[in-house]
Amino acid sequence: MNGDRGAIARLQHNRVTLALHEVTGPSAGDDSGSGRNGENDRAAVHPLLLLHGLGERTPHTLPDYVDWPGAAVGLDFTGHGDSTVPIGGGYTSEILVGDVDAALCHLDERVTILGRGLGAYIGLLCAAARPDVVHGVVMTDGPGLAGGGVHPGSRALVSPAESVGPPDPYAMMELARDVRPADYARTFAGIAVERSELDVPLWVSAVVRPAWVEAIMEVPGVGRGSVQRGLATYLR
Amino acid sequence: MDPQGTTFEAARSYPGASRPDRSYRVDACGVGLAVYEWGHPEAQPLLLAHGGFDFAGTFDVFAPMLATAGWRVVSWDQRGHGDSDRAHLYSWEADLRDAAHVVAAVGDNPLPFIGHSKGGNLVTHLANALPNRISALVNLDGLPSHKAMSDMSGHERVRRLREELDAWLEHRRSLVDRQRRPGTIDELAERRGRMNPRMSPEWLRYLVTVGAAETDDGWRWKIDPSMRMGGFGPWQPQWSLLQLPGIGVPFMGVLGLDLEVMGWGTVPEEVLPYLPPGARFEGLRSVGHFVHIEQPRLVADMILEFLS
Repeated sequence: MNGDRGAIARLQHNRVTLALHEVTGPSAGDDSGSGRNGENDRAAVHPLLLLHGLGERTPHTLPDYVDWPGAAVGLDFTGHGDSTVPIGGGYTSEILVGDVDAALCHLDERVTILGRGLGAYIGLLCAAARPDVVHGVVMTDGPGLAGGGVHPGSRALVSPAESVGPPDPYAMMELARDVRPADYARTFAGIAVERSELDVPLWVSAVVRPAWVEAIMEVPGVGRGSVQRGLATYLR
Repeated sequence: MDPQGTTFEAARSYPGASRPDRSYRVDACGVGLAVYEWGHPEAQPLLLAHGGFDFAGTFDVFAPMLATAGWRVVSWDQRGHGDSDRAHLYSWEADLRDAAHVVAAVGDNPLPFIGHSKGGNLVTHLANALPNRISALVNLDGLPSHKAMSDMSGHERVRRLREELDAWLEHRRSLVDRQRRPGTIDELAERRGRMNPRMSPEWLRYLVTVGAAETDDGWRWKIDPSMRMGGFGPWQPQWSLLQLPGIGVPFMGVLGLDLEVMGWGTVPEEVLPYLPPGARFEGLRSVGHFVHIEQPRLVADMILEFLS
């Protein structure tokens, strides 16, 4: 297998440059053709888009528990990985929806999203925002899954001692406290279900279930189970 | 009348308007903020926060009234507005943190916080974040209404969210190298007037000379083109009202009772249950959202009497 990192596409989201990576693995993007599926089979399956957790970056290879016969790509969110580290913070989950949209516009085909932690929440929002191309979202555990709860907490204004990154300390601070009301998440899940061509466009694989996850699981059209079962649901 | 329309000199001449006595920059974690002061530099300071899509220069008539009465009025252009830096990202949290940097630059002692509209909401949150730095709080039509949302059916609320999602994404995709639309002073004033129908054309033209910059192909508003009215997010008006009951310093709220497009549609009955003990509340009849522009003398005198 090629030991170098896959090709990087540079996308522009306002003043932020985003890195979109190819992710290799036993059955995804393996140029040797020695994977389970040959070149033709990979081309027949839409790509898998990985959205990493808070403070993480797109992995070089697919996790062992992920079996995806098509190509896999991953987006480094603003302030993470090889994407721009902004000056002065100002993160919201909603702005990361714009990041993903930039990737979706670049890919210009339908994708299934595998979101980890923070990426799971962003995947949910994207399922509602881009039902035309998001063909299912599998949500798993990872850093940033819980966010900042359902109500704003007591106010404390903190600036990181040092502004270095990636990951951007402002991202770590602000997205860890990002408020995620249950009804807000439930509304997005409802929109995703209503607008999707899929019967079950959202899939919860997370063991940890903060209030927003519990809320979306009440919505008909949200499945639950292992990552593999979820991904298999979206292969067609 | 000049065939090219109102000239800069004519537009800049507005009765009672006075540009700040001083200006400087404050570094807010790498974002440069343009800060302005009216009044004697040794006078007691007060903080004055502008509303969304405004800039400190919108206080050019109001601030001098406070300064003449002996205050050192400190205001700033919020990030992305006026002459402050255009940032990578914008958020409520960032605006609060920026405001804290301005407060830190003013010294160590408690001072009054005054704000209009979004600025009023901002200083109300800031009062809870920096209780050690505030001596009094004045909120000028900066208390959001939850009535408009709660009167809406769930179906309608979802429909609006879907529309806003689509519009927001379309806007975000268009941002690379985007610039504000150029025009003459009159054209920019006319555009702003659509969202500020109660403002006089003379005042709007004055604002162009302060809040816009002239380029080769005309005047452009300085505000970051990535900023846009609307958007989506989890914020609920209730969260701002809940900042009020715990305010531990003298508080005065002023509401313009004539509802208009730039306002929040708030009525006194919504706010009164949340006011902190001893709060003063003024509802101004026949006054719209920009209470300090429509009735600068009245509002300034109210504030001066309150702070005394």
